[in-house]
Order: sequence, then C-alpha cells, then structure tokens
Amino acid sequence: MQVTFLTQLLNGLQLGSIYALVALGYTMVYGIILLLNFAHGDIIMIGAYISWIVMSQLGLSPVLAVLLSVLGCTLLGVLIDKVAYAPLRNAPRLSILITAIGVSYLLENGAQLVFGADAKVVPSFIDTTSINVASLQLSPIALLTVAVTAVSTAVLSFLVQRTKLGKAMRAVSEDMGAARLMGINVNTTISFTFAMGSALAGIGAVLYCMAYSQATPTMGVMLGTKAFVAAVLGGIGSIPGAVIGGLLVGFAEVLVSAIGLSVWKDAVVFLLLIIVLIVKPTGILGRTMSEKV
Amino acid sequence: MSSILSVRDLCVSYGAIKAVRGISFEINEGEIVTLIGANGAGKSSTLNAVSGLIRPASGEVDFKGQSLVGVRPHKIVERGLALCPEGRRVFTQMSVAENLDMGGYTRSDAENEETMRLVFDHFPRLRERVSQSAGTMSGGEQQMLAMGRALMSKPDLLMLDEPSMGLAPILVDEIFTIIKELNRQGTTILLVEQNASMALSIAGRGYVLETGTISMTGTGADLLHNDDVRKAYLGA
Repeated sequence: MQVTFLTQLLNGLQLGSIYALVALGYTMVYGIILLLNFAHGDIIMIGAYISWIVMSQLGLSPVLAVLLSVLGCTLLGVLIDKVAYAPLRNAPRLSILITAIGVSYLLENGAQLVFGADAKVVPSFIDTTSINVASLQLSPIALLTVAVTAVSTAVLSFLVQRTKLGKAMRAVSEDMGAARLMGINVNTTISFTFAMGSALAGIGAVLYCMAYSQATPTMGVMLGTKAFVAAVLGGIGSIPGAVIGGLLVGFAEVLVSAIGLSVWKDAVVFLLLIIVLIVKPTGILGRTMSEKV
Repeated sequence: MSSILSVRDLCVSYGAIKAVRGISFEINEGEIVTLIGANGAGKSSTLNAVSGLIRPASGEVDFKGQSLVGVRPHKIVERGLALCPEGRRVFTQMSVAENLDMGGYTRSDAENEETMRLVFDHFPRLRERVSQSAGTMSGGEQQMLAMGRALMSKPDLLMLDEPSMGLAPILVDEIFTIIKELNRQGTTILLVEQNASMALSIAGRGYVLETGTISMTGTGADLLHNDDVRKAYLGA
C-alpha cells in the first residue's frame, strides 16, 4: 500500500512538473502583456514533432533532439510574437486574444497538413529500465522530469529576480510606460519573455515525449488547457504560483486515476478551476489588483 | 547660455482632441524652466511628446541640437533626457534598490553604484529603505524614489511632472529644496506644476499654458507678480 502510494506520488510529481513547465510560459506572457497565449500548448506539439523528426526520421542522437526541440520552440515563440502579436500591441486586448486562438488553429492544422493526423511514435530518449531503491521501482523518466523541472524553475527564478533583463521584465509587467522612461527597450524585453516561456515549453515537450512517446497535431490542446488551469489556479502572473498550480493539477489527476476513476481525471481538473474561480478568483498566489490614482 | 531643448510649433492630438496646439519654448543649459497651467492645459502631453511616449502630430523637438521626433523613448533616455512622470509611477513590487537600478538601465553597473551614492546623498531616506518594496512607502518617499530613479540615468535635462502632487506642504518644501540643489549642481530642469507659486519661486523662467497654447512667458519673478497669473493660478 505504502509502496503504491509513493509510486503514485512520483507519478503525480512527474505529470505536475510537465504542467508546471508549460504553466510558467502562460504566466510569464500574461504577466508582461496580459495575453492568454492560447498558442502556447501548440508550441509543445511542434517541439514533439521536432524530436520525432530528429530521432526517427533523421536517426540522429537524442541529445540533438533535445537541443533542437528547445531551440525550435524558443524561436517559434519569438516568431509568433513578432509576426502575430507585436503589430497588435496597442490594439484592444480582445483582438490579440482572438489572434492567439487563430495562431493555435494555424499550428494545429498546419501540423496535420504536414505530418498527417495519425500519431507519430517518438523513440525513447533514455534507457527506461526502472531503478530499484529498496522495494521501490522508480522510473528514471519520472526522476529526470522532476529534476529537470526543479533546475529549470531555479534558473528561471534567478533570471527573473537577479539579472538586469529579468528585472526589466518585472518593470515592463508592472508599468510599460514607466519602463520605457527608464531606457528599457520594451519590445526586446517582451521577445525575451516569449523566448524564455517557449524554451520551457520546449523542455516540457521533450519530457512529455519521454513519458508518452507520441506526437499528434492536437496533443497541445489538452496539455495547454490543463497548464492554463494550473497557471490560473496558482495565480496567473505569478511564477511560484505556476509551479504550485502545475503540481496540484498533476497530483489531482494521478490521485483520481489511482482510486479507479481515471475517466474523471480531466473533469476533476476543471472542477478544481471552477472552485478556485468561485472561492479565490486571483488564484493561490495571485495579487489583488488595486489601482492608485 | 546655449539652448539644450528647443520645441517649435509642437502639436499633440488624441484622436480628434487637440491637447497641444502649436507651442514653442526654449530651455538653456543650467536653467530651471517651469510650465504652469490648469488641469488639461496640455502640460503632461507636452512632456510625454518630448520624452517620446507619444508621437507629436506635428512640430519639432530638438535636444542638444538633434531632433527627437520619432526617436523611441529608450533611445531618448540614452541621449540624456529623463522624465519623472506624473503620479510617480515607481515599480511598487520592486525594492528601492531595484527601482534605482531600473533608472540606470542604460548605464553600467559600476556607474550605477556611484550614481546611487549621489542619489542617496540627495535623498538620505532612500538609503534607509534600500531593500523595502516601493509600494509600501509613503507618497513623499515614492516621489523621492521617482526623482532618484530619474537621476540614475545622469540626465542633462530632467523633466519633472507634478512632483508636488498630493504631498503635504512640508514635503513639498523638501522636494523643491532638492530640485534647487540638483540644479545648482548642474542639472537643467523643466518643471511642470499646478502649484504655480512654488514653481515660479524657484524657476528662472516660466511659460503659462492655457488650453494647449502658451498665453504668457517671462521670468519666474515677473510671472509671480503678474496680475493675470495671480488671479488665474495663485488664488489672489
């Protein structure tokens, strides 16, 4: 019983870590330009296809697949901002939100056109033999996922809290006009935010493919939606909130599956969202917005 | 005295509303010049156009002999022109030190360290609160932080938009003393104020802005004693 519990705990941590990585991208972009980037989940899908192409089609090493997936997602994120969102910087927020949905459909249907609707099998990146610790069988993928997420989050926190560019991000997210007056190039800062969020999505893509080893054109939809729920749950705009929200969603799903109600696992996540929106609409670590005149 | 900022026939519009209707003024190196006027006269619009936050509908803005029209705001800061905006607009979620760091964004870390010491000499209270988050400070302290932050870019011309807004009289005195001191040490200042008597008492020259046009100009003392100005802005 205890062994199962620990295994499930690790599963929850693994799934939650992936959601957390994706949620970080949502929350960072929202924090800086108040956009719910609905194309974010689809960036992960592109990352998965890149891994598939590199390993399965070109027969190259998994290391190269990881690097190219992360790089590809990063560039794609910046490109989407430059092409689709930057021209709408001064437009009403609804225009840019609709654009994000449009970009999402473009990526999904574009991928379907190029790769077909069937699932592509992504070969395994690492040796998946379980590691035995005492009576526990630990999945190396789960351990790797948790470790990579912990390191990525730590690096991100350092970048945002300590570096000049990270501070500029926080300044732009609080007051874009005042940030301009400081000599901060707002467009560069926003691009950098998209780059970081998308790089995390790239890492998430690789970790997802390690766990589920397939790429489909619509794989980003549910993953993106759940990460979005995680970001809102933690308090959108908050970096630690995204991690907490991601882990909570992961645990909730695994827990529901573990007690034999796996058909309900998606519903439980959205139920969680509804409860949070009713009880504490700003999320767990969300700040209540107040405007001083 | 040579001209540092020269504005000619500046017009600023928001859609169909003309906020500034062709104003011209000049600031020479080392001066304190004030722009006074009622709410909605176009004072802030003028400053926002000069600093690049909004694009003028027409007119010329020359700073140190080069045009600023169409130059992006972060480039204007690099050229040595800083605006301390109306309502302070400090970064409330960031500490005092981080706010000052942002002010020196265009400068190197080594330079910022030195400039920060100078800022602390002007505003000792900021030194005491260096790691406090700006949102928890009083209005007067936030104003000091906003000014200190603008000084971090070592501007040749510092534009202050309503630095006395919402402050207790004793703090207003303190802020104006510091403005005089900054000027004495070599910073040229363009001061926009609704508190006309304070502004005119420290300014070498002043311009009176009325519904987007300059209605009067003269030395600070002349305007302070002008009957029309006294009636309209000094409540006398």
